[in-house]
Amino acid sequence: MSLVFREALLAFRRAPLLSTLSVTTIAFSLFVVGLFGLVAVNLEQALRQVAERVEIVAYVLPGTPVETVTMAIGDISTFPEVQSATYVSEDEALTRARAELVEFRDVLRELERNPLPASIELKLKPGFRDAEHVNDVAERLKGFGFVDDVRFGRDWVEKLDRLHQIAAAVGLVVGAAFAVVAIIIIGTTIRMAVLQRAREIAIMRLVGATDGFVRSPFLVQGAIKGMLGGLVAIGLSYGAYALINRWLIQAAFFSHEQALAIVGFGTLIGLLGSATSVGRHLRRV
Amino acid sequence: MIKFTNVFKAFPKGGLALKDVSFHIAKGEFAFLTGHSGAGKSTVLRLVYAEEPITSGEVRVAGFNVQEISRRDVPKLRRRLGIVFQDFRLLEDRTAEENVAFALEVTGARRATIPARVTRVLTQVGLAVKAKAYPRELSGGEQQRVAIARALVNEPTVLLADEPTGNLDERATRGVFQLLRDINASGTAVVMATHDLDLVRQAPYRVIELQEGALVYDSAVDEPRDQAATT
Repeated sequence: MSLVFREALLAFRRAPLLSTLSVTTIAFSLFVVGLFGLVAVNLEQALRQVAERVEIVAYVLPGTPVETVTMAIGDISTFPEVQSATYVSEDEALTRARAELVEFRDVLRELERNPLPASIELKLKPGFRDAEHVNDVAERLKGFGFVDDVRFGRDWVEKLDRLHQIAAAVGLVVGAAFAVVAIIIIGTTIRMAVLQRAREIAIMRLVGATDGFVRSPFLVQGAIKGMLGGLVAIGLSYGAYALINRWLIQAAFFSHEQALAIVGFGTLIGLLGSATSVGRHLRRV
Repeated sequence: MIKFTNVFKAFPKGGLALKDVSFHIAKGEFAFLTGHSGAGKSTVLRLVYAEEPITSGEVRVAGFNVQEISRRDVPKLRRRLGIVFQDFRLLEDRTAEENVAFALEVTGARRATIPARVTRVLTQVGLAVKAKAYPRELSGGEQQRVAIARALVNEPTVLLADEPTGNLDERATRGVFQLLRDINASGTAVVMATHDLDLVRQAPYRVIELQEGALVYDSAVDEPRDQAATT
């Protein structure tokens, strides 16, 4: 095994230019995938932040005793979709309106009677913030006798849903296309490395090397190149992220797991690319 | 040791490279394989080391049935053989000793034994002092000696040499040929393909001559050449 690693590392030393070229090519291919990943990550985050604002408000009929509502809130809190349920009294509603609706401050101050109803404000757990679940919860709220009306901005939630679906579909298709392009480019690069060493492979076989022996250093080398390429790609992506953050917008970077996935992806492509290239070469000779 | 029985070999694009070739080379024998370029000498050798499939007939080499050999067993066969070429086929980016050691590493020899074995064969071919030289720093004759050392290091039962002196000047040719004779004297069978008839005449070894893929003369079977020519 140590021999395999030694041979793999020797190949880097013996063909530094081609090795650097391979790593660079892999790095840039993965960088493109990474950039797209950054866009996807940020878009997803933005959508999540928007979705956090999904709120259901159930207006309570005037004159309903606070105890009744409080008890109901206890029940509502146990709905599997519900993250929080808060009671907003009539007075609180007015205070809030005064603070938020500055234009109407004078009107609101001069009111003799508070026209605002009490309400229950619901936030849903992540994963339930789509139109279907929101609708479902809203229907259940309407079942409470003291609930006058339920509002949740149906159009808005549906649009958000749609946006989510489009983002996911585009992400999948474009991401897959980028990944395929990266695989092809990386495969070609590795094929070059194999062809460059065709003579050596022929000599190895002539002196009695098994196919496995010929193959293993290439696999190790391919995996190392893929991994290095992945690491460089993460570095480049971080550079791009830093620039965007500084000059354009506040953006998010990959989590450790996502960064690791890109490096893993590179390593895997390097490994598989080498396996197919060497395999094909060995079958022909 | 090497036995060809009614061997035919077709070119991929039609035509026959070998036509009904039969011969038997015994253990420890030295045999020349002669004939013009394209007569089939290299094809015979390539069939021996299982580089190409046999079209029909039987080839047995060192206990292997070559026409039925599986891909997995080809390396095992080749470890019993030493192969030398006209163009040396050394790895340019490795020193003489690394080239020789490579043949041992490839076969999974124990690491600790490698340096001693490499030194021994390099001494045998007279190149111990140039162990650290790269092929480009060596003369043609010296490169061929490295190639021979590489072929010998696995202690083969047969050494196959395909025009080993084809790229060498006269002096280097004599040296390499003498080396092959010494190797044969120590018990290794040698099959040497050559079209250098001067060399063939120098030594009392068996001659197998091919012409357009057919075996036309075998000194072990046929009458001696000179008499055949006069009668």
